[in-house]
Amino acid sequence: MASSTKNRAFLLGYRAYIAAFFIFLAAPLVAAGSFAFNDSLFPALPWQGFTLDWFFNDSEPKLGMFHDRRLLRGLYYSGVIGVMVALLSVFVGTTNAFLFVRGNFPAKNFFYILMILPLVIPGVILGISILVMASNIANGVEDRFNLELEFLRPGILLVVFGQFSFVTTITSLVITARLKKFDTSLEEAALNLGASRAQVLRTVTLPFLRPAMIAAGIVAFLVSFENFNTTLFLVGSESPLTITMYDRMAKVGSTPVLNAVSFFLIVGSGLLALISVVIQRDPKS
Amino acid sequence: MQSDIKRLSLILLFAPFALWIALLIILPHMGMVVLSLREKVAPRVYEFGFGNYIDFINEPIYWNTLLRTGSMSILVTFLALLIGFPIAYYIAKIAGKRSRGALFLLCLIPLWVSDLIRAFGWILLLRETGVISSFLTDIGLIKQPIEFLYNDITVIIGLVYTVILFMIVPLVSTLDGMDNAMIEAGYNLGGNGFTVLRRIIVPYAMPGIVSGCIVVFMMTAGSYLTPILLGGKNSSWFTEQIYDQFITRFNWESGAAFGFLLLAFTSVVVWIGLRLTGQTLANTVAKS
Repeated sequence: MASSTKNRAFLLGYRAYIAAFFIFLAAPLVAAGSFAFNDSLFPALPWQGFTLDWFFNDSEPKLGMFHDRRLLRGLYYSGVIGVMVALLSVFVGTTNAFLFVRGNFPAKNFFYILMILPLVIPGVILGISILVMASNIANGVEDRFNLELEFLRPGILLVVFGQFSFVTTITSLVITARLKKFDTSLEEAALNLGASRAQVLRTVTLPFLRPAMIAAGIVAFLVSFENFNTTLFLVGSESPLTITMYDRMAKVGSTPVLNAVSFFLIVGSGLLALISVVIQRDPKS
Repeated sequence: MQSDIKRLSLILLFAPFALWIALLIILPHMGMVVLSLREKVAPRVYEFGFGNYIDFINEPIYWNTLLRTGSMSILVTFLALLIGFPIAYYIAKIAGKRSRGALFLLCLIPLWVSDLIRAFGWILLLRETGVISSFLTDIGLIKQPIEFLYNDITVIIGLVYTVILFMIVPLVSTLDGMDNAMIEAGYNLGGNGFTVLRRIIVPYAMPGIVSGCIVVFMMTAGSYLTPILLGGKNSSWFTEQIYDQFITRFNWESGAAFGFLLLAFTSVVVWIGLRLTGQTLANTVAKS
């Protein structure tokens, strides 16, 4: 009896700890999001009443995020970069999955570790090393052939390469895990029924991989969208949203329009993350 | 014929992988090392040498910052494990079927929210005019507003906050695969809660623990926004030094040397961690 009350007390304490953790998890996000609706020029208490001005108002001093040219441009560049990174990294992630699940070649384990490595290299270092290499090539070409290779200077392409360099590891791992679960007898059956290799790939194997590919694409997009460390070194004049926000914070200080952007991003990334979880959970898509 | 096709498709599959790893990982890192071994002797004149590394050793601020970043990252990793393990265990083993899925979703949904927004949220809560300070003055607990920002404890809390989900998620997946019978057997054989935890649960969860620790340690050591925004200009984080050399001073040679030092330092820490726990990179990080 004594032990059961002790156990109950323990479980109660444990539950309280879990609840405290989730409050800790939510608090900064709630703070960042909710001040977007405060009718005040500063993201601070006291609460001045509810407003949507920080989203939709079209004039200073309360310029809403959907009328703020620079924030919208940042959002646009982030979207473009995110889509490019997602497409590229899902493509290479898929070929990597086939390479490591189906392929047989010497030193496979060594190459597999090489594939994981980018995930454990600090993003800052990926950023500077790619910046250094691109600049070296661009400078070399300029000195020797007097040719300016604009695309190797900091800008969207370098940002895409920088993010792609480590996001591909994530997509490869997600798609590899799915391909490992594939029952090869399905392919054999299709081949026996007279399908060509390409047909089997298109009608049997790729549809099986599709949920993992979509989920990996969403995660790649989200990682690209929120990335700061790698992007910081590779960014040119086309700043993605996180960089624009950081600049605004450093120069203007915190204004509620940043809360509006935060709210938008928290809800958006939460929804996308939810979709990627749901897609992967469903065994047959 | 058949084997030719196989070889051709293997080459086709290998090509994107090789291009990616060679052009975006190996060559750039070699270029970074080469650059770090260049000394500027006059404008546009360079010499091979270890000058950038010697500068690092001779300037205590530099290596103090690296050591500080490293030790704080280890502390953050340890705290994230300590706080996160009970959460992961609860989600995987104690929560009922329905609440398990819901709690895990609550961890997955904010996983990809940017560091910038997290830090911004903390700033709004903790600064002198922030929510907590004004709440405490309103209820009369303190007389004057308190600045909670710009100290090491806040930086550590903020870093733990930023990375802890990357600890919890792999731990939940690992613990989820554990058969409950193993835990019951431990109790039936007379073990108490602590023995079962130490002898059965932790050894089973080791790959997940190590995987979470590696990812969290690397994220912390390489983080930039959280220490800068919560610690202020004097947060002395090593990534800030790298940024400073590259962007502010335009001294790429020394920035490359710093980058290589950070990479070498974190790799050594991870290598020691893998050695101590008897795990490999392939069976930890790759599984999460």
